[in-house]
Amino acid sequence: MTEKRVIDARGSFCPGPLMELIAGLKMMQVGEEAEVLSTDKGSANDIPEWVKKVGHAHIGTNEESGVWHVTVRKMK
Amino acid sequence: MKILIVGGGMGGTILANNLARRLQGEVKAGKARITMLSASDRHMYQPGLLYVAVGSMAPDELYRDQRSLLEPCINFHVDPVTEFMLDANQVKTQSGRVFDYDVLVIATGSRMAPETIPGLAENAETFYTEETAVKMLKTLREFKGGKVVITVGVPHKCPMAPLEITFMLNDYFKDRGIRDKVQLHYTYPIGRVHSLENVAKWAAPEFERLGITYETFFNMKEVDGATKTLKSEEGSEVKYDLLIAIPAHRGQEVVEKSGLGQNGWIPTNRTSLNMEGRNNVFVLGDTTNIPISKAGSTAHFEAETLGDNIAALVKLGIPVREYDGKVFCFIEAGKDRATYAMFDYNTPPDPKAPSKALHWFKLAYNKLYWTSARGLL
Repeated sequence: MTEKRVIDARGSFCPGPLMELIAGLKMMQVGEEAEVLSTDKGSANDIPEWVKKVGHAHIGTNEESGVWHVTVRKMK
Repeated sequence: MKILIVGGGMGGTILANNLARRLQGEVKAGKARITMLSASDRHMYQPGLLYVAVGSMAPDELYRDQRSLLEPCINFHVDPVTEFMLDANQVKTQSGRVFDYDVLVIATGSRMAPETIPGLAENAETFYTEETAVKMLKTLREFKGGKVVITVGVPHKCPMAPLEITFMLNDYFKDRGIRDKVQLHYTYPIGRVHSLENVAKWAAPEFERLGITYETFFNMKEVDGATKTLKSEEGSEVKYDLLIAIPAHRGQEVVEKSGLGQNGWIPTNRTSLNMEGRNNVFVLGDTTNIPISKAGSTAHFEAETLGDNIAALVKLGIPVREYDGKVFCFIEAGKDRATYAMFDYNTPPDPKAPSKALHWFKLAYNKLYWTSARGLL
């Protein structure tokens, strides 16, 4: 099983969770997964929207105590 | 205690001066020693490059002699680090010297990396170095009209730069009397025109009012110079006559080579500013991997926190406070109006309507910066 890379973007207003994911993906191999931690509920929508648009895979989203965990697999 | 600061940019300089004042007695008594290693004998006010690119500041206004900014008791060497040897509490430098430390602060900053996008370095104008800002100014002076595309890489230094250069270009072309011959087209990596939601809510209607078109979810993939086409990771393409890029940035090569962090970003605790797993190593400014803005004000506020904490380590053996994620960024909204965004880990920004007064304050800060670097403001 591939180890997940955690991108802790809690409390990040700028650049924000999606920008942190975009930067993080550049340092990952194809097939690797990233779990973005975000305190911005907007991440539950905007991360999957971008991931779909660009051609990566949205594995899942769940919320625990005000923190959204959005998991993404790098596809290209 | 030997305190070694690597990097003579804004963060390193503020911290060194701050510590020199707080530890004056200890330094005099030989109980503390502050050393700075830098790659240059000059200190550049980097935000000024934006103004150089549109001809409103001259490059020589951006520099001061680094030694002149430092308290006399700081041991300053122009001798960049070539290797960090953290297990031995040592660094090796270009001259071949080895410096020991008890406390190390890494503040080596970041650099633009246009080479990571095929075709970008050859075909785009940028303004993150003196050389490229001057080149951009010369190109702008010769530009007669057409489509100007502004494109943004991730991560980049100065999160306000994409908006600022766009608003400033709008006024630049207006002043030259050719605004009606120029189409300004702005692209941005996420689903709104700025990462800060409240800033985006202000900037998008401003773009519409000024006739600036924009496209969101646009991450540059490659530039085809032959057909003057910019392609995105999302699959779209845009033609340009003049391409202006805020390229993605990376940390310094020596950081990556020494195995301290991928792409030169060092894993750093967001409140203590310790390098993860290293109690006697701190990281400051752009070099951290903390998910906040890579901006001078971030380095400034982090340096103030570290100044308090490292001085307290010397005097009391413990740190005294946490960094709260504070950032303050001016936003130039054209050639004569500005606003600002201030935020921390828990408080989002709430930018006000741009005003001339704030623009004048920003111009004043362009000079006051030297007081900041000396650790006085």
